[in-house]
Amino acid sequence: MSANHALHTELPAEPEKATLEGRNKILAFWFFLGGESVLFGSLFATFIALRDKANGGPTGVELFSLPLVAAATMLLLTSSLTSVMSILAMHKKNVSQMVFWLVITALLGLGFLGLEMYEFYEYVHEGHTLRSSAFGSAFYTLVGFHGAHVAFGLLWLFALLAMTGKKGLTVVTAPKYFVFSLYWHFVDLVWVFIFTVVYLMGKVGV
Amino acid sequence: MGHSHAPKKKGLLMDYLTTVDHKKIGILYFVAGGIFFLLGGLEALLLRIQLIVPNNTFLNGATFNEIMTMHGTTMIFLAAMPLLFGLMNAVLPLQIGARDVAFPFLNSLGFWMFFFGGVLVNCSWFLGGSPDAGWTAYPPLSVSFSGFSLDFYALGLQIAGIGTLIGGINFLATIVNMRAPGMTFMRMPLFTWTSFVTSALILFAFPAVTVGLVLLSFDRLFSANFFNVANGGNEIIWQHLFWIFGHPEVYILILPAFGVISDVISTFSKKRLFGYSSMVFATVLIGFLGFMVWAHHMFTVGMGPVANALFGISTMLIAIPTGIKIFNWLFTMWGGQIRFTTANLWAVGFIPTFVIGGMTGVMLAAPAADYQYHDTYFVVAHFHYVIVGGMVFGIFSGLYYWWPKMFGRMLNETLGKWNFWFFFIGFHLTFFPQHFLGLMGMQRRIFTFFPNQGLDFGNLISTIGAFGMTIGTIIFLINIAVTNSKPKNAPADPWDGRTLEWAVPSPPPEYNFKQTPQVRGYDALWVEKMAGNKGMIPAEPLGHIHMPSGSILPFIMSVGLFIASFGLMYEKVPVAIIGALITLFCMLLRSLIDDPGYHIDPTEEKGVEA
Repeated sequence: MSANHALHTELPAEPEKATLEGRNKILAFWFFLGGESVLFGSLFATFIALRDKANGGPTGVELFSLPLVAAATMLLLTSSLTSVMSILAMHKKNVSQMVFWLVITALLGLGFLGLEMYEFYEYVHEGHTLRSSAFGSAFYTLVGFHGAHVAFGLLWLFALLAMTGKKGLTVVTAPKYFVFSLYWHFVDLVWVFIFTVVYLMGKVGV
Repeated sequence: MGHSHAPKKKGLLMDYLTTVDHKKIGILYFVAGGIFFLLGGLEALLLRIQLIVPNNTFLNGATFNEIMTMHGTTMIFLAAMPLLFGLMNAVLPLQIGARDVAFPFLNSLGFWMFFFGGVLVNCSWFLGGSPDAGWTAYPPLSVSFSGFSLDFYALGLQIAGIGTLIGGINFLATIVNMRAPGMTFMRMPLFTWTSFVTSALILFAFPAVTVGLVLLSFDRLFSANFFNVANGGNEIIWQHLFWIFGHPEVYILILPAFGVISDVISTFSKKRLFGYSSMVFATVLIGFLGFMVWAHHMFTVGMGPVANALFGISTMLIAIPTGIKIFNWLFTMWGGQIRFTTANLWAVGFIPTFVIGGMTGVMLAAPAADYQYHDTYFVVAHFHYVIVGGMVFGIFSGLYYWWPKMFGRMLNETLGKWNFWFFFIGFHLTFFPQHFLGLMGMQRRIFTFFPNQGLDFGNLISTIGAFGMTIGTIIFLINIAVTNSKPKNAPADPWDGRTLEWAVPSPPPEYNFKQTPQVRGYDALWVEKMAGNKGMIPAEPLGHIHMPSGSILPFIMSVGLFIASFGLMYEKVPVAIIGALITLFCMLLRSLIDDPGYHIDPTEEKGVEA
């Protein structure tokens, strides 16, 4: 069955899985997330090996402000929830509701990114930089990689929102929203580990 | 939307730049990988000429280091991987009865990423010198060198690695989702199985080296401290990350060769592959154990006796599934009607050669003994036995076997046999003496040696052997040229094949199968032959076939990253940003513009309106 043919008929129950192309995308994206897990696993391992090598500069205990990080965590975890709401709305074929939740997701993501940039700005002023120590290199690379994932996700989301107005919800566009939500959940999940390994363990000390 | 139309006729160059057809991408991989293979081979020959006599001054030490590093890097990343991807692209979709891979566009993107990554690494020759820290690029050597050479290594391999990862994910999705009706997992040909496991290894191994290269680049470009011990860094992190990738990588290389050998031996023994399910099991087990053994490259680092013992034992365990495979190949040949075509010669030559390489592998796996072998020519001999004697023999076997399917012409068998014997004897002459050179204390990567230390004769023989391999390769090139001058008349099934790729014409039409075949057993085509049928039973009525459109975007995306790399290296931030924006903008275009594709009516053999 060609994609064009499906456009003229009623949208099926799970439109993201209605075509072979859609199923391929979702499956391959799960594979991709498997690779991403190894990527972040390697970054975490590097960070754990180097987290106490502050080289005389500020350590995690001195730097980290848990209220700020907790606020960032709340923003990002809530955005995971709102991205679920958007997929639920998609399954109900309610496009405006789906867009509404996607916009909320984007705002929460932007808020998270803003807090993270503020946090990095503060740290740099306290002498904690990529070049100051091995701890600094490992911290900015791990947390920065995650931040870059959030930033890329936001660009992706903006592109999706721009597309929605023109194309609406079809069996061609549905997998795109679904795959984005998979990505967003993954990025949130990585943050849970960053919050634990970098901030909580860092605050406890070495 | 919905305007489907036949693609305009393109010139040959534009056709290949924009193609998303797995068969043409296979040819692209083959051509690019072949060129890099010749380049890496030329480098190897220069190394051997330098080492032909003691105190030789053909190359100086610095040049030797560059050529030695580029030989290893080129052969592993830019020759071996793409040649395997070439075979996978050419054959794998046919073997599972699919019209194409799951993501034709990504398939093209993967190729161009690999290609521009490879070109970037080799640009270093003309821009201030090549990488010279060995293909393993251990810090601090790889960080403290001040030129650009290691930047070319780190960024070039990063881009090529993205391409490989894309290819791996694509094949995984293809095999899971695109199999023809009846093609269950346990009916897939062994080449498909081994490609499947290899793709999984790529998926889980490459991100580790991605991180390693990121750390190396950050240290070099932004003065980070990952490997700078003075500021708290730790060089061993690189070794772990590199080998967590690097050891699965050797199974990534060898498993598809195992698959080729299995298919070839079965076809030319006119027998079902002996112990098919144990072969599948062994393949999966090798893939799994491949991730458990990386630290056997680091026995002398000082991890302690417990870690060394554990990694030594897990390494030796791999001999078990590998042994299963060796015996299954022998039992497949046992009592078969064996035909020694060139493809089968390579396959049969592979078996004893690989056994030697595997045996020295078990020797190296004993940590106490490894202290003696470490960084000597014994190791060089070992990994050339498994990679050349294993993988390159497998690739040659696959090329002779599938050449008619890829190009529609049969390679010349007489020249093929000359090719095999020169290469086979040359190979053993080159590498067998190196075992003994290593045991006598010859260090790997040295650019010269003193006379009368027992190393003269072995090195002389080794270099003579290298010329034998060179002659063999030249005969292969002559064979290609001779074959190309002959008419395109290969039959669909020249070898009395057993698997689905032999059910379609040589070369196949762009949609592969007029009608998707119904698979009724392992060795799908053989099942139909035995049932007295002329070909496969169709699983669908004749109808219009939907095809994806070609696209130039993958090429431009890869060029974007290529440009961005130069911006990063030469600290020209705007150039880096422009390059990255080119790539991102192409991604946006790809996301926003739907590809309606076009339809082919296989009964009329030309594009028609949908």
